[in-house]
Amino acid sequence: MMSDSLNDPRLGFRGWLLTDTPTSRFHARCVAFYSGWLKFRSNTMAMVGLMILILLVLIAAFAPWIAPHDPLAQDLAGRLKPPLSEGHLLGTDSLGRDILSRLIYGSRITLYIVTLVALIAPIVGLLVGTVAGYAGGIVDAVLMRLTDIFLAFPRLVLALAFVAALGAGIENAVLAISITAWPPYARLARAETLTIRNSDYIAAIRLQGAGPMRIITKHIWPLCISSLIVRVTLDMAGVILTAAGLGFLGLGAQPPSPEWGAMVAEGRRFILDHWWVATMPGLAIFIVSLAFNLLGDGLRDVLDPKDAG
Amino acid sequence: MSRLAFRDLCVWFGEGEDRVDAVKNATFEVPSGASFGLVGESGSGKSTILRALMGLVPNWSGEMVVGERKLGEKRDRAFYKEVQMVFQDPYASLHPRHSVDQVLSEVLKLHGFSDIDRRVNALLADVGLGPSYRFRYPHQLSGGQRQRVAIARALAPEPSVLLLDEPTSALDVSVQAEVLNLLTDLREEHGLTYLMVSHDLAVIAHMCEATAVMQNGEIVEMLSVEEMRAMRAEHPYTRHLLESASGYNPNAEQRA
Repeated sequence: MMSDSLNDPRLGFRGWLLTDTPTSRFHARCVAFYSGWLKFRSNTMAMVGLMILILLVLIAAFAPWIAPHDPLAQDLAGRLKPPLSEGHLLGTDSLGRDILSRLIYGSRITLYIVTLVALIAPIVGLLVGTVAGYAGGIVDAVLMRLTDIFLAFPRLVLALAFVAALGAGIENAVLAISITAWPPYARLARAETLTIRNSDYIAAIRLQGAGPMRIITKHIWPLCISSLIVRVTLDMAGVILTAAGLGFLGLGAQPPSPEWGAMVAEGRRFILDHWWVATMPGLAIFIVSLAFNLLGDGLRDVLDPKDAG
Repeated sequence: MSRLAFRDLCVWFGEGEDRVDAVKNATFEVPSGASFGLVGESGSGKSTILRALMGLVPNWSGEMVVGERKLGEKRDRAFYKEVQMVFQDPYASLHPRHSVDQVLSEVLKLHGFSDIDRRVNALLADVGLGPSYRFRYPHQLSGGQRQRVAIARALAPEPSVLLLDEPTSALDVSVQAEVLNLLTDLREEHGLTYLMVSHDLAVIAHMCEATAVMQNGEIVEMLSVEEMRAMRAEHPYTRHLLESASGYNPNAEQRA
């Protein structure tokens, strides 16, 4: 009876997605994905976070069409105009540049940094952590002490040192942030690997003659990745703030590029008389960081493997 | 001809002061096509013997022979094609993120089979699961169904020896019988040799022709099933086991 009602043709595509007897590999993946999506969708705050981030991506993609002004065009006659003034919704900065346009173009830089860091740091961390955890012994000791060295420095200070050594600029900022961001992922992946390593299903695949490479990439990674994804989304707020911090200190994006942190730094000089110059980019940083945190919370509920079992 | 032979097998964990001897001088043989049981209480070392044979414990001495081959430190793929193992807890022995299809086809790929699609369906049919189970994940299966998948995985490389580590102890009583009957049928169909660990004498009596009784890492007695059914045991520990397995005896208390 139960399976009859699920295969009811009236349910159509939805029924196909909700069946508990998938008929092909592709179908099984769709079903798993859809049930995860349903769970995620029921979390309102996570959906709000996702919406904000989708909006951010769209804004970044269509910046030239959305932005009312050229972000670099100066107009010294119209400098430091307050928000809601004629033609400048969020006002202008000390060189008369439109703050809204600069924020819109700045979203590209933010996304660029976030994407690169989100790709580099977790992958390095995952590699180091799972290899250390699975291999154990001397490999584990060497890799983990290396991780400890990176963890021993405050993150921003280490990033500062790297940027200072490599030279200021957005690429070097990304590199510096990635270099300082991977150790926690390595720790996390190693801890997960240690619990997974001695489980029966790893023993079972070893008893089928699988080598360590296959076990790490095909059996351990899939189980580590979900917790890493959650950690990454939760860390993204921190990455944005570190990038903004580097920009604020003049070591990230260089003027006149409209990076949000650099914009806050510029506005600092006028913060008492012209509050909006520093506040608007600050608000943007705040909203995007919040969105990542909300998304991370929602993803944790969906991806937690302890729930699935 | 014996399929498996153990001579003076010792297994220990830890070194120096912390050394624990899990198995002491175990010697027994399993004839080809037979079903041999290992009984004993928890911690008596019966599962450790299976793990030592599969190469899952680092420290052991003595001799283990499979067929004609003496086993060394490393097991090669040819060994794993010949000897397979079914784990005790089907809730822990299946990868939580792999569907039944992934589990079976990966094993088949590892052993170099080419007609994987056909074989996956044949394996599922062998263990009494329909093709509708093929793309399910472990959390969509019951304990008995999971254990069937684990048995299918062990059968995938077409082994001649199957090690069963309490294959039913994590299952409901009603499902236990199903799985045991399935194992009996499979042994007949595929001509398998079983080495089975259990703490349940009824299970051993049902499945095996002969059994070794273990206590504190030592084999204290070897029994045939007839001797076991007739309760003809020499060693006091075996007698104690047989008595406790024969069920609740209302007169027992008065006798004691």
